[in-house]
Amino acid sequence: MAKLRLQFCKEGRAVYISHLDLLRTFQRVFLREGLVLRHSQGFHPHPLLSFALPLPVGQASDCELLDFETDGQLKLAGLPEKLNRYMPEGIVAVDCWEAAKPVRELDALRCRVELLYDGGVTADTAKAVEELFARDTIVIQKRTKHKAMADVDIRPLIRELSFSADGEALILDAVVAAQNPGLNPALMAAAVETCLPAYRPDFVRVRRLMLLDREGASFR
Amino acid sequence: MDKRLERILPRVQKPARYVGGEYNEVRKDKSSVELRVAFCFPDTYEIGMSNLGFRILYGIMNDMPGVWCERVFAPWGDMEAELRSAGIPLFALESGDPVGEFDVVAFSVGYEMAYPAILNMLDLSGIPLHAGERDSLAPLVIAGGTAMYNAEPLADFIDLALIGEGEDEVPELLELYRRAKREGWSKKRFLRAAADIQGVYVPSLYDVSYHDDGTIRSITPLDGAPEKVYKRVVHDMDKSYFPSKTIVPSTEVVHDRVTLELFRGCIRGCRFCQAGYVYRPVRCRSREQAFQYGVEACKDSGYQEMTLSSLSTSDYPGLVGLCDDLEQFCRESHVNLSLPSLRADNFSMDLMQRLQRGRKAGLTFAPEAGTQRLRDAINKNLTEEDLHQSLRTAFSGGWNAVKLYFMLGLPTETDEDVLAIAEMANHVLHTWRESATNKNRGVRITVSTSWFVPKPFTAFQWEGQITREEYERRVKLLRGAITAKAVTYNWHDGDTSFLEAVLARGDRRLGKVLELAFRKGAHLDAWSEYFDLSRWEEAFAECGLDPAFYANRVRDKEEIMPWSVISCYVSDKYLWHQRELAYQSVPTPDCRTQCSGCGANVVEGGECSRG
Ligand code: SF4
Repeated sequence: MAKLRLQFCKEGRAVYISHLDLLRTFQRVFLREGLVLRHSQGFHPHPLLSFALPLPVGQASDCELLDFETDGQLKLAGLPEKLNRYMPEGIVAVDCWEAAKPVRELDALRCRVELLYDGGVTADTAKAVEELFARDTIVIQKRTKHKAMADVDIRPLIRELSFSADGEALILDAVVAAQNPGLNPALMAAAVETCLPAYRPDFVRVRRLMLLDREGASFR
Repeated sequence: MDKRLERILPRVQKPARYVGGEYNEVRKDKSSVELRVAFCFPDTYEIGMSNLGFRILYGIMNDMPGVWCERVFAPWGDMEAELRSAGIPLFALESGDPVGEFDVVAFSVGYEMAYPAILNMLDLSGIPLHAGERDSLAPLVIAGGTAMYNAEPLADFIDLALIGEGEDEVPELLELYRRAKREGWSKKRFLRAAADIQGVYVPSLYDVSYHDDGTIRSITPLDGAPEKVYKRVVHDMDKSYFPSKTIVPSTEVVHDRVTLELFRGCIRGCRFCQAGYVYRPVRCRSREQAFQYGVEACKDSGYQEMTLSSLSTSDYPGLVGLCDDLEQFCRESHVNLSLPSLRADNFSMDLMQRLQRGRKAGLTFAPEAGTQRLRDAINKNLTEEDLHQSLRTAFSGGWNAVKLYFMLGLPTETDEDVLAIAEMANHVLHTWRESATNKNRGVRITVSTSWFVPKPFTAFQWEGQITREEYERRVKLLRGAITAKAVTYNWHDGDTSFLEAVLARGDRRLGKVLELAFRKGAHLDAWSEYFDLSRWEEAFAECGLDPAFYANRVRDKEEIMPWSVISCYVSDKYLWHQRELAYQSVPTPDCRTQCSGCGANVVEGGECSRG
């Protein structure tokens, strides 16, 4: 059967499940439903499962995509509901379809970053943060794959950005590049911490809201 | 989730182990629950969730209407520091509620090195450490598990201990508690009534007096408490609970697989082995039922690995048949089947070859001693010929890694016995040269030795542990004798084994030492990252107690042991006789070949079924 794509949310207690553990969890969820995944060929066959865009530990998401393959035919209608009987708390499958678009066409990510200030968001804070993101470049240090620190400019990776305040939270609604290179939205908070130490938030929450294709439509 | 907790979690290692929410976690409506149990494992999540007994009791308690049992594990050091600095009390994973709010706080204690973690978990919960400081019925602090056959070092801290297997005992105790709670009993009244349940040991109902030399003069039951507390056992394994539907951790744990328990007890009677004596007699699950549970557990969990577990799995009567049945299921469902503890006999090797299906993991054998004489003395029924026969089969079948486990300091051990371990390793190497089909890959032989710890309820309960100097001398002796490049020698660090020897046969005066060591920072001492013997040495000195009194002293036959109120049905007379046989290097036949009259047959109402 063709490659299938499952959309799911990950939130609450499940945000702490790491990428590798989540792969294992899904493998087991499919088996609980009696679905045998297609395995790779070779000496160490492994089930063909992959996430479109791995989610960093601690972040919530409404729009995770999991690609998988099965042997034999599968009825897609009702599949999310069936799988949801076997999920850990906080992971909820919402839709499933035959994957037509390759993951490389995944272009951008709509997300929400909440900067939490225990004393409430002051006008100064809001202003300083807005000014920061109005700069042409925002350079922060980021750990590379080789564990060294490198400077990166995150500004070009932010495509859209709007601000709002809600009590203790200064909310950044953003569209950021998804890949090649992509921007981990948590780095927007890191930028505030680095560049505006006086306005360092007490806590940060990140949530992915939607994956977008090159035309700005929902990536499916 | 608690907002304070949410802020801590991104900073600690492996946060998933502190949040619960796994598949099959039991959640109940607090308002409709009458009795809440905080089921504590005094070690990390990864260790606790790998424990079958813990899963069994979690299932049994939650099957009781009106009872909600939740899990609590010891936090790793980073998490503990965060909890303490944020002022967050230790909480249960299911509800996130503080442990101090529960009715019953129950510890599952499998090993002595977990004792400090018990105190630490009570402290993190804000529960007074001493049983005497807790006047009300809640929280009731109880403990069960194999280490509780000698609960004396914990006597100051726990309200009661559950001796033996908990399947029937725990629900009986909880029912009594429920009644006491409903009727507003005092804690004192409850404890006295609990002591009448078989298997329940209430330390405060026994008065202990000592001779001047520190040995026990008498143990006196108070308030009509029973003279002897007999262990509880499951009589019929086919009627006993098996957790086919059990929590599947969302993060990797140590034993991340289906564990299918085939039987309780062991027919072998190794004289050093506490489990071998206290779990008598052998009780088997039928092959049909074992198969059914194995299949159900795989299907429900989605695990693709299953292990057949028991004290000595190859002694299961229906093993070949069961494996035949399971093999077919496992092949169809892509499940790997493995056997953890194997004996070095042909039968086991055949099975092993069949099950391994191409994957050639290392082979593990535990001869325990280097000479046949010493193996006879400890009643370890393994001959060198068996071992080499098995190894020939294995090497010609393509295996090229062998691990051999031994103990140093076994009673009657001489230098000759120690040196024989090196010879044995050389002999294994020789066998490999003779029979390996592919010599290009080389062979890896690992010899590991531990420092023998005498345990209560064994034939060696009267023995002294050899001193540290002597242990180190024997390690050096063996190290010098192992010369072959292909043989690696690992020896166990002495500090923990020494403390284990102290705590395993300790009396209730050790409570003070334990508390002091805890105050000095002993929290997670089962982990070498955290263990530090010097804290304990200081604590002993400050309490005016000598650890060598507990670890290294040879006891008289007549001495009253700190655990002598407890009985696992195996008589002291029998254990003493086994000790005498050990000194004559005379083995005892296994229970299946011939009953040697240990006394545990009472459990079966006359005669052991012996599988
Ligand atoms: S009574 Fe006999 S058969 Fe039963 S456990 Fe003891 S020695 Fe073994």
